[in-house]
Amino acid sequence: MAGSIKAKHQRLVLLAVALVVLIGAALLAAWALRNQASYFYVPSDIVARPPEPDRAVRLGGMVEKGSLKTAADGVTVDFVVQDGKARVPVTFRGIVPSLFVEGSGVVAEGRLGANGTFVADNLLAKHDENYVPREMQDMTKEQAKQVVAETQ
Amino acid sequence: MHGFANPARFLRIARWLMPLCLGLGLVVAALALAWGVFFAPAERLQGETVRILYLHVPSAWLGMAGWMGIAGASFTELVWRHPLAAIAARACAVPGAVFTAVCLLTGSLWGRPAWGTWWVWDGRLTSMLVLLFLYFGWMALSQASESSDGSENHAPAIFGLVGAVNVPIIHYSVIWWNSQHQAPSITMGKSAMSGDFLWPLLTATLGFTLIFAGVVLARMRAILANQQAEARLRRKAFSEVEF
Repeated sequence: MAGSIKAKHQRLVLLAVALVVLIGAALLAAWALRNQASYFYVPSDIVARPPEPDRAVRLGGMVEKGSLKTAADGVTVDFVVQDGKARVPVTFRGIVPSLFVEGSGVVAEGRLGANGTFVADNLLAKHDENYVPREMQDMTKEQAKQVVAETQ
Repeated sequence: MHGFANPARFLRIARWLMPLCLGLGLVVAALALAWGVFFAPAERLQGETVRILYLHVPSAWLGMAGWMGIAGASFTELVWRHPLAAIAARACAVPGAVFTAVCLLTGSLWGRPAWGTWWVWDGRLTSMLVLLFLYFGWMALSQASESSDGSENHAPAIFGLVGAVNVPIIHYSVIWWNSQHQAPSITMGKSAMSGDFLWPLLTATLGFTLIFAGVVLARMRAILANQQAEARLRRKAFSEVEF
């Protein structure tokens, strides 16, 4: 019996060590991937290290409030994507997703033009982690904050 | 702990626990889905499509929980050699894979109206797809290493533990990397989700988890019954040869 308990103890230690090594390896791999595995660049990345022109990249961030303008042709939209540190003007011709509104997240696929304007071929809307019922959208900020505080 | 590793004792408990989990789970899940679909409000930006939430999030949780079940059972099998551990791991695989698939399908259906695309290769979606493939691989390996002579094969257990590395990657994919998928709405004790969505979601999660537990217990009973029947046949075959 003592022998079997010792064997169990040995297996437990061996497996614990193996798991620690495994998790360490996975964390190292994730750390190495930290930039490559991102789905898009944020405006401060684009401003700090502009991609070569004509290289297809994705730009993600928030649509700046008050920046969204529809051109006279009705299908071209111009807006600014910002991440709080930098802002990049974007132009897009096509149908925008229904969740695409000012102050909300967006992922634009396209290329950085020579004049610093990002020319998007495709827009994806991004919704954040906040879920607010439709009835609450007309409340003032304070009222909404109070309701949210009650539910937390 | 050792008491539950005794198959006879386990079967006695599972006999009443399984229908209890399944029955209660079906009722709670049905009520929660009805609550979410008919009574919960539409979302400010997403509108009615937010209702997919009540199936999508519980499925995602159970897809990941299923693999943690495999990993926990694998650890128990390797260290303590519990007779039920390998059976529990096998019982978790199919429901875990089904919920992972449901999560991917509902997510795709939700992505089209919410994001404007069925699929993107961002960190969250890709790591969840990897989880589904891990389930397929694990099931194939577990089937292939099933031995008729009763000898032990720990390859699925090792795969189960190594594959568990993917679960935290799924969870942190939206935190470590920029992704199309949103960051978690529910974090330790806090919710960025209004209670109108949160309560039906938590109820649905409880219901589907009970269903998952019931299915795992049912599958464990079936695997045990199968093993007993095979052992009986083998004994019979031997006695016919000898006498």
